[in-house]
Amino acid sequence: MTHHPLRGSVAVGGVGTFGIGEAKGYSSLEILAGSVRAALDEAGLNTADVDGLFANTSEHSHPALSVGEYLGIRPAFSESSSIGGASFVGYLVSAAAALHLGLCNVALICYGSNQRTSVGRLKSKSGSQSYEAPYNPRHPITSYALATARHMHEYGTTREQLADVAVSARQWAQLNPEAFMRAPLTASDVLGSRMVSDPVTVRDCCLVTDGGGAVVLVRADRARDLPKKPVYFLGGAIAHWHMQVDQMKSMTTTAAADSGPRAFAMAELSPKDVDVLEIYDAFTINTILALEDLGFCKKGEGGAFVQGGRIAPGGALPVNTNGGGLSCCHPGMYGVFTIIEAVRQLRGEADQRQVQAAETALCHGNGGRLASQVTALLGTASTL
Amino acid sequence: MADKPQSNMLACVEAPYLGKLKTGQFEIQHCRACATHFYYPRVLCPSCGSSNVSWVKPSGKGVVYSTTTVRRKAEQGGDYNVSIIELDEGVRMMSRVEGVDLHQIHIGMKVAAQVSVSADVGIVVWRPQVSGGAQS
Repeated sequence: MTHHPLRGSVAVGGVGTFGIGEAKGYSSLEILAGSVRAALDEAGLNTADVDGLFANTSEHSHPALSVGEYLGIRPAFSESSSIGGASFVGYLVSAAAALHLGLCNVALICYGSNQRTSVGRLKSKSGSQSYEAPYNPRHPITSYALATARHMHEYGTTREQLADVAVSARQWAQLNPEAFMRAPLTASDVLGSRMVSDPVTVRDCCLVTDGGGAVVLVRADRARDLPKKPVYFLGGAIAHWHMQVDQMKSMTTTAAADSGPRAFAMAELSPKDVDVLEIYDAFTINTILALEDLGFCKKGEGGAFVQGGRIAPGGALPVNTNGGGLSCCHPGMYGVFTIIEAVRQLRGEADQRQVQAAETALCHGNGGRLASQVTALLGTASTL
Repeated sequence: MADKPQSNMLACVEAPYLGKLKTGQFEIQHCRACATHFYYPRVLCPSCGSSNVSWVKPSGKGVVYSTTTVRRKAEQGGDYNVSIIELDEGVRMMSRVEGVDLHQIHIGMKVAAQVSVSADVGIVVWRPQVSGGAQS
């Protein structure tokens, strides 16, 4: 069988986080740089080794330029295309291609945000679109609320099932010392929390935190000489079909239905082969939609699927083992943290929350209003 | 391709759309090449890429495809509706339903378009259909 040339061609050599939760007094670039230092330290590399820069923030109009200058990196290849919070999972795909083709030798994916301690709410360069603005949707919550309401209408999904997503995420967060919200959370807490945009309550929404994350990638041959156990890129795909939700052909099917099958094909895997999932859970409906669209359950059955602790610690399918955007952190664009947690799981470094014998992980990014969907599969050496 | 005009032959559509709305007229677009309607206004059909597009007056009827009550403090104006309306022509638009209590707005509700003009800006809003069809 002929493998896709990118399958297994590159590997993660280092990951790092900084300022998860609250990093009072720090700027976004300082937080970003803290995570970069940690990731480079893991990889045994330095900024001078980085020649591929994949950076984004919610503050800079030309993020790669600002970040490159700040870190003193002079890239031979750089990328800061913005498809929202999924961008960083997308960078995995472009970094794999750039490394494989020799356009760069050490790729650095990085992000940082101080939104919680600076403005206290979502910092976003993407506001309402001009044809939506007269109706004053609360960005981005109203769009997700409309998708949630439609899913409930079409498939009978219940608020209790949505609450199960939030409760499962919190139970994982309770096992993760880095997670920002670790207090016990019950379904009735979620159902009784403040309604923001029906049927979405504040506990159906991701957190507003600070935080930075960085990932260092090199070609597979070099990764084997780095200090950490390599985590290989097996497949990835980017898809987006709309910007504003009224343009969705169906408000209950996302472009993950396209990114997922292509990523699985490149990785030569199927959903049943995945040991641990890190899904961008901007809202509780995200987890349900992604499980459906990526083929872990049938369309419309995601609500029932997440019930009974199936995706919680001890459940059959570990999802968002760091606590996700709902309970670990959400600095505005969460995508990079799906990669970081997947890598920690595949290295066996996740301590109390470690999924036993995890060899394959799925990272799934979401961006905008259910718009960009990026799926990537990572694996240990045993999957090559 | 039959319809391959010079790019400078493309008529702009956004300003005319907003201009007509100010006078109370709501129109959507129809692609002559692939016979689909679309909204919001574009110079190229999002289904097939053709520039052979025209304006049509929609029936003005639709149904609520999805709906939410955005919660807002009373002193800031109170709760309000945001809905996605599916027009009879098959296109969807973000808008709001007016003229009915917020808790009565539901998916599947039949609604009719109305152009609301204020401060020289027109926007399309929707009200529950009354027998006899669209309100103007």
